[in-house]
Amino acid sequence: MIKLLTATGKLTEALCIHLGLYAATFTGTVRRMSSKPWYLRMLLQQAEEVGVQSLPVVMLTALFTGMVLALQSYIVFHRFAAESLTGLVVSMSLVRELGPVLVGLMVAGRVGAAFAAELGTMRVTEQIDALWTLSTDPVRYLIMPRLIAVTLMMPLLVVIADFIGIYGGYAISIYLLDQNPSVYIENTTQYMELSDFYTGLVKAGFFGILIGIIGCTEGFNCKGGAAGVGTATTRAVVISCMSILISDYFLTAWMFA
Amino acid sequence: MHEHPDLRLLPYRMDVRMSSEAILPRIQIRGLCKRFNNNTVLEDVDLDIMPGQSTTIIGMSGSGKSVLIKCILGLIKPDSGEILIDGENWLLLKEQELLLRMQRIGMLFQGAALFDSLSVWENVSFALLRQNIGKKEARERAIEVLEWVGLHDISDLMPAELSGGMAKRVGLARTICHKPDIVFFDEPTTGLDPIMSDVINHLIVRLHKDSGTTMLSITHDLKSAAMISDRIALLCHGRIHRQIPSSELDSDQDPMLRQFVEGRAQGPINRSHWGQKIEEAIQR
Repeated sequence: MIKLLTATGKLTEALCIHLGLYAATFTGTVRRMSSKPWYLRMLLQQAEEVGVQSLPVVMLTALFTGMVLALQSYIVFHRFAAESLTGLVVSMSLVRELGPVLVGLMVAGRVGAAFAAELGTMRVTEQIDALWTLSTDPVRYLIMPRLIAVTLMMPLLVVIADFIGIYGGYAISIYLLDQNPSVYIENTTQYMELSDFYTGLVKAGFFGILIGIIGCTEGFNCKGGAAGVGTATTRAVVISCMSILISDYFLTAWMFA
Repeated sequence: MHEHPDLRLLPYRMDVRMSSEAILPRIQIRGLCKRFNNNTVLEDVDLDIMPGQSTTIIGMSGSGKSVLIKCILGLIKPDSGEILIDGENWLLLKEQELLLRMQRIGMLFQGAALFDSLSVWENVSFALLRQNIGKKEARERAIEVLEWVGLHDISDLMPAELSGGMAKRVGLARTICHKPDIVFFDEPTTGLDPIMSDVINHLIVRLHKDSGTTMLSITHDLKSAAMISDRIALLCHGRIHRQIPSSELDSDQDPMLRQFVEGRAQGPINRSHWGQKIEEAIQR
């Protein structure tokens, strides 16, 4: 019993420390955004790294998700002779949920890990200390551009993923399942609202903040050499993915209540 | 070693060495304490470093040398005490004020700590580029300083392409490129072969002679300590146990200093704190 209590206490303590660190990183970074320097070159580099470099993986994920959604939806709707709803289900699912969540998970795996590994290596090789001694604020120079880049790029990636996913579903429905293209498009556009689209983008921006803060905080506070960098990277990916899935429920409950 | 007589490395504080007003220590450390959990690393450290003086702190591994230097630089927050640079208590400064003061500071890290994503010249001129100095001018200055440390035609290489000795010299070039008036060295010769160590030592001596920069180094390397510094301080059991002119390193009879200089496993250093554990390990 005492062991269980001790373990629970330690877990709670670790959780509180981590939440505190994330909050401190977030507030510290946001506070710095109001004043110069903004390191725009770094921001563009990071935007390219987060946005452009993530495009192939995001596009591929979205395409196949749209395709499999169309296939599965068609099989189920066929039982009720409601195949014409396939397009609507594919679009709604992608735009509201799967687009932001899947892109979030992909970016967490690719970019969150890269943030943690890069900053973690800089920490253990004293490069972050060196920045300080060269009169450069490490939070402003390293974390701020990454956080802004991932927060701005996530909604853009989700827009692209939405379109590609919907096209994937369309292609399967029309060319494989012989559905009528005009009925498919009409059903899709008729019942979809603009709010379905932008709530997905709000989610994407929020997930971007989570990925940026978790990845950067884990790397920035990394300890213990190469093993520490490995631990920080793993933790960044796991915590980011879990946070995306958990917060998605609460965001959905809040936005569509 | 390539000489570059035109290099203006002399910082604006050169005159302080000769000035009659140079009685105020450039660095004053008073009662500095730092604990990590239950482990007291620094316990009431007092140290004065005069303008233009080169001081080296020696001590066992884990004696707190690096912690001391990181406390001075604001990288670690001490539990208590004062750190005065030119009479100003740096522990009372806000983060932004401290960052501004860092423009006067240079630091050579043990592993050089070059930025992997930047080329050699961008590393060397990093501080200049942050001070809104033009790219062309910063690059010229970087090449000039790289030549001063004996490195030619490597300005466009990436840090991963450099050997340990080259990386250390690039690190030294980055340390002095913005003409700091206080320079810190963390184990400047560790991990280098004897010849490269000698090259680094000579560069540090030359920098000190040419510019009169105030220097604080930490090292295990006694040969290096004797060569690069005017004074040597032994950090032991969390305090500055003894300070002597470097010329007296071989003749001073302090038992702890003697044990350290002679590299004996047994002696007074082991009789307290973590030293007790070393003694036990030897007995086993």
